Amino acid sequence: MKYWRSLEEYSGEYKPDHSDDYPPPDEASRRRFIQLMGASFALAGATACTRQPPEFIVPYVEPPESAIPGRPTYYASAAPMNGIAQGIIVETHLGRPTKIEGNPDHPGSLGATDIFSQASVLDLYDPDRAREITYLGEGRSWLSLLDAFRVALDPIRARKGQGFAILTETVVSPSLGAQIHAVLAALPQAKWHQYDPAGMQSAYAGAQLAFGRALNTVYRFDQADVVVSLDSDFLSCGRASTRYAHDFANRRRQGGRLDMNRMYCVESVMTSTGGKADHRLPLRYSEVEMFARDLATATGVAGMTPSGSNANGPFIAAVARDLQAHRGASIVIPGEHQSPVLHALAHAMNEALGNAGKTVVYTEPLEISAVDQIDSLRELVNDIDAGAVDLLLILSGNPVYNAPADFDFASRLEKVKTRIRTGLHRDETSIHCHWHVPATHFLEDWGDARAYDGTASIIQPTINPLYDSHADITLLDSILQYPGRSSYEIVRSYWSDRHKGKDFEKWWRKSVHDGWIENTASATITPSLRASWPAPPGTHDSSALELSFRTDPYLYDGRFANNAWLQELPRPMTKLTWDNAVHLSPSTAKRLGIRNQDNVRLSAGGRSVAGSVWITTGQPDNSVVVYLGWGRSNAGRTGNGAGFNAYLLRTSGQPWHYSGVDVHKTGAAYPLATTQMQQDMEGRNLVISNTVDAYKRDPGFVTKIQEEVPREHTLYPPWEYKGYAWGMSIDLTACVNCNACVVACQAENNIPVVGKQQVLARRAMHWLRVDVYYQGDPGNPSAYYEPVPCMQCEDAPCELVCPVQATNHSSDGLNDMVYNRCIGTRYCSNNCPYKVRRFNFFLYQDWTTETIKLQRNPDVTVRSRGVMEKCTYCVQRIREAEIRASDEDRGIRDGEIQTACQQACPTQAIVFGDINGPSNRVAQLKAETLNYQLLAELNTRPRTSYLAELRNPNPQLRELSRGDD
Amino acid sequence: MVTIEQRQRHATRRPDPDVDLPVIAPSQTLVTVTEQVSSIPLYRAAPGLWWVMFGVGLTLLSIFAVAVTYLLSKGVGIWGINIPNAWGFAITNFVWWIGIGHAGTLISAFLLLLNQSWRNAINRLAEAMTIFAVMCAGLFPLLHLGRSWIFYWILPYPNTMTVQPNFRSPLVWDVFAVSTYFTVSLLFWYLGMIPDLATLRDQSRNRFSYAFYGILSMGWRGASRHWKFHQKASLLLAGLATPLVLSVHTVVSFDFTVAILPGWHSTIFPPYFVAGAIFSGFAMVLVLAIPIRSVYGLHNVLTERHLNNCAKLTLATGWIVAYTYAIEPFTAWYSGNQFEMFVVHNRATGPYAWAYWSVLFCNVAVPQLLWSRKVRLNPKALFTVSIFILIGMWLERYMIIISSLHRDYVPSSWANFIATIWDNATLYGSMGLFITLFALFVRFFPVIPIYEVKELLPYSHPERGAAR
Repeated sequence: MKYWRSLEEYSGEYKPDHSDDYPPPDEASRRRFIQLMGASFALAGATACTRQPPEFIVPYVEPPESAIPGRPTYYASAAPMNGIAQGIIVETHLGRPTKIEGNPDHPGSLGATDIFSQASVLDLYDPDRAREITYLGEGRSWLSLLDAFRVALDPIRARKGQGFAILTETVVSPSLGAQIHAVLAALPQAKWHQYDPAGMQSAYAGAQLAFGRALNTVYRFDQADVVVSLDSDFLSCGRASTRYAHDFANRRRQGGRLDMNRMYCVESVMTSTGGKADHRLPLRYSEVEMFARDLATATGVAGMTPSGSNANGPFIAAVARDLQAHRGASIVIPGEHQSPVLHALAHAMNEALGNAGKTVVYTEPLEISAVDQIDSLRELVNDIDAGAVDLLLILSGNPVYNAPADFDFASRLEKVKTRIRTGLHRDETSIHCHWHVPATHFLEDWGDARAYDGTASIIQPTINPLYDSHADITLLDSILQYPGRSSYEIVRSYWSDRHKGKDFEKWWRKSVHDGWIENTASATITPSLRASWPAPPGTHDSSALELSFRTDPYLYDGRFANNAWLQELPRPMTKLTWDNAVHLSPSTAKRLGIRNQDNVRLSAGGRSVAGSVWITTGQPDNSVVVYLGWGRSNAGRTGNGAGFNAYLLRTSGQPWHYSGVDVHKTGAAYPLATTQMQQDMEGRNLVISNTVDAYKRDPGFVTKIQEEVPREHTLYPPWEYKGYAWGMSIDLTACVNCNACVVACQAENNIPVVGKQQVLARRAMHWLRVDVYYQGDPGNPSAYYEPVPCMQCEDAPCELVCPVQATNHSSDGLNDMVYNRCIGTRYCSNNCPYKVRRFNFFLYQDWTTETIKLQRNPDVTVRSRGVMEKCTYCVQRIREAEIRASDEDRGIRDGEIQTACQQACPTQAIVFGDINGPSNRVAQLKAETLNYQLLAELNTRPRTSYLAELRNPNPQLRELSRGDD
Repeated sequence: MVTIEQRQRHATRRPDPDVDLPVIAPSQTLVTVTEQVSSIPLYRAAPGLWWVMFGVGLTLLSIFAVAVTYLLSKGVGIWGINIPNAWGFAITNFVWWIGIGHAGTLISAFLLLLNQSWRNAINRLAEAMTIFAVMCAGLFPLLHLGRSWIFYWILPYPNTMTVQPNFRSPLVWDVFAVSTYFTVSLLFWYLGMIPDLATLRDQSRNRFSYAFYGILSMGWRGASRHWKFHQKASLLLAGLATPLVLSVHTVVSFDFTVAILPGWHSTIFPPYFVAGAIFSGFAMVLVLAIPIRSVYGLHNVLTERHLNNCAKLTLATGWIVAYTYAIEPFTAWYSGNQFEMFVVHNRATGPYAWAYWSVLFCNVAVPQLLWSRKVRLNPKALFTVSIFILIGMWLERYMIIISSLHRDYVPSSWANFIATIWDNATLYGSMGLFITLFALFVRFFPVIPIYEVKELLPYSHPERGAAR
């Protein structure tokens, strides 16, 4: 039999001519080559970047037809964090989300973001995300999962859901809540459990004590003259920190700063909020409640019995007087992790001070079901022990890692017959489950969420799922109907069911476009206070070491452990990166004979972990503080092994503190990496600070401290900046040290992370840093925050010394860095008095990981090894605005350009603009008497200047005050 | 060349034991000098100690090769430098090596113009030291670049980017200063060697060395026209090189003084650096001359007079250096500037106080031993003192760079510099390069200038009887 390819071959006429296989080069080969290369490059570009989702999504600023390559498109969405949404605007470049900005119209954002929203874009592109559905670690298809799920569910359906349990994190999303309720309605015997390691149960239990029902508290800091924080880090942690920081800072600057609010902070850990307070009192976790009892007594809460201790009497009396002088205009805010009694006491004080309904308002809980989550998880554990759980569906969360140690959740989990888990990563919990379903990131899928005040948002995707990921709602939907609807259909039908108006499509488009839904904020309610108080706990042994747990300010409960930006972001008060630490006060460390960075073993209740000590000023004596969220074993390449796992010490009975912890040196060497080793200002006028009273007496006090060199002290006439002259003003009174600016800068400017070893070698790359200085008594110092970007000096010392002119001055006064020209002498850095320049000592940029490439801002050069880099005032944004303005034949408007740091700042501490326009905001701020330049005596003429910090200490507490005046 | 008046003054002065030390041993003749010097490269087997020196040099050079290869493949991050200590060992080594190079030019040019005839026996050795030291020095500014492969962007040359170097930057001045210095030193060294190379050519016993030295000696025939031009060229080059002794390290010191960093920004740096350079240079001359003298038995030409004079110059420049150490705290205090005062205080008490006190010990305390004539005439003691000075001068540059950088204006950026193994590998590796080159020089070139030593013989100056 003969095989043939053509009739010619069959008939024998065909003679194979192999010379055609490799055509000889002809004259046009070079041209042809370039044609082909050009075409394939164009095709490669076209395929790589167009992963637009198929559903109709609405761009925020520009209609889709204007999606011009090189020009970003913005979409409004919401970033859920523990269920609570922050309104965001997602900047996308040809279908790739690259940067998160705040949504100015959203109540939880007001245009700013927290660090989690900023860093979430890196989570999306995390190369360690789970990429496929797995069964016992092997890849499976979605349909095979659904089949397996159905098979497992069939007997359960027959039992009306008995043996089926769903474990979720806190559920706030309305559509997810509706899905769960629909499943529970279909399978009435099924059980729904919620567990978050840092849930709101204490707050709800406190409301239960005070009002007889769980309530959500919303504070109005813009109306509060006096704020008392009882262990609450409300300015940088918690559900509404972005909004609260905004309101607090605005109130602080009210009336030209002369009508300043006052904050007292009693806290068990040194936090950014405590550092910002006008008076701070460090008390151990358990002592805060005693303090609150005494304060409640002093503020006239009925039925109180004082704690009986005379500690802090004058302080309490002064605070109480201040509170009573501002009835209806003060706030007592308890920390979420504090005891229910403290929450109840705070409610009672707010009621007694007439704040309730004014500065403190109550709404129904945002959660679909506000349960005590530790009890909820305990119930699940008991059910498992009783053999009552055959099928467990774990939707996100990571209970194997973060459940209370006494639950021994990992081994309990093994007893469940079928375990299905959804999550971004194949983490500690996933490896104990049969199935792992990659969850979609919120930037990839539809969803909804609520802000701190209940305002709902539709989350719209900005990119198709990168992997075979599925939303929790679609998985739940498959229980109700096979094979289940898409997340778009689920979310849309949820809202169309509830839409009462006529034109749903118009309403939907508007809601998606705006990023929040009108008239969805929770209604305020006026609860009535019950007045029965549990007796004060007995006096406790104050010599025993008290261990208290806090969630990490950046990794939160550990869910962000694989986010390299957050790992390397210096912790607010200690500037530690890549590790948590065992925090001790200076005198306690001295008493225990422990030096900084000694490795110790902490033992509590038969459990122990080892970590290195960081001696933390301002921490109460006889207390040990550890941060949760570290020591992950299956977080991914970034998070694995960073820090120690403090959950191992945490039990369901005492989730936030433990009295009588043992600390023993291990002798091991485990250094900690900080980005700021010196937190003493050495008597230099770097942060200028004074009291409001002193400012009233002498508004020009700043010029007496820091004098600028007169312009005429030079042989040459000053250079005239004719067109624009960019400048920045940073208000130190407003800065609350949240570090959102630092992450925003990192995301915007393609700044690499360097890893712990390089941080230890003092080579962190952040262009913008927030310096934190302490002054006064190490036991309770004053803290000062100072964000330091490039000063963009007019007479820049760095420019003079560069031998190859790689750093030059632009006509609008920017100190430009020409990466391509830089040969890396590093002389510029030596000559920079502010040390804002950063050098690529190695190849720090990741040039190989494909997903990370998608995150990069195409408007900013990705720097290579051996070149210097630094803050550019986001020059790419300036040039973009210039081009836009010149296209429209107009000048750049004031406020049109926002630098990334300015954009993210919740307190609007950073203002950028053209200082040549006298009516521009930045020019007006620079004309204020509080304006000063950092190291002005060097005559570098920085374009970045600061507004001196003002504080408002209580004159009655002057003798107790921390020496600011 | 001694006038009658001078001789009369000589006759009436009190006898000076130092000047009366002979600059060359008695009973030397033209033949013995030629024989003795030319035998080293030509037909004497290399002594065992030479092999030790060459072996040590080659070993260190191999380390250097590994360190540089690793450096170029990984980046300057292999060193301990960071922000704020953006400069570390590399620049320290650069300044130190450049400084060492100074003594050669000082001896060959400065002393030639001043008619100090005692220089004649050691100038070749000192010039060679200069060349090799500047070669070592010149490598470091290139190696320390983040992107060394485009180092030539620092040179002014016509290019398609139409960008020229920044002539306001002291680093560009450095390029000119060091390259000029190297060129002039090389020319001077080579020019001075030509008559001796011809001697070696004439003394050679095989074709290879005949050709080798023949090519190098460029047809030198010893005609009086040759000698006339040679002397003229030598004096001209000496005149060119003499200001370079002062200018090169002045320019190098501008790297620091032009910066606004406290601890660097000081007008005393140019004289301070020049004195320090000569100080370390003489120490290095002694460190090289003393062993060579004993290994090759050159006591008759490298006499105690040379050691004594070098030691005296070391002591004198040492005192200039000590004076600047004293002036620095004074100016800091007198300025009333808190940053300057902090730097002085921090140098003496901060994390690098060990360097500061070691510098004072090595550069101020130890050299005081040179007041003693016994020490000056004891080669072993002199060698030890010189080693101390070399260590002290290296530490001084380290102190200037690191103790100023590690704590500057803004305390939040303060951080220490910790040298890595690669920092040390490049430092000791560069010594390997120096030692290897010097060993090869000693082995294959006339280490003592034959014709200049002959000038010291009584034949050259019959009216004097013997040279002083």
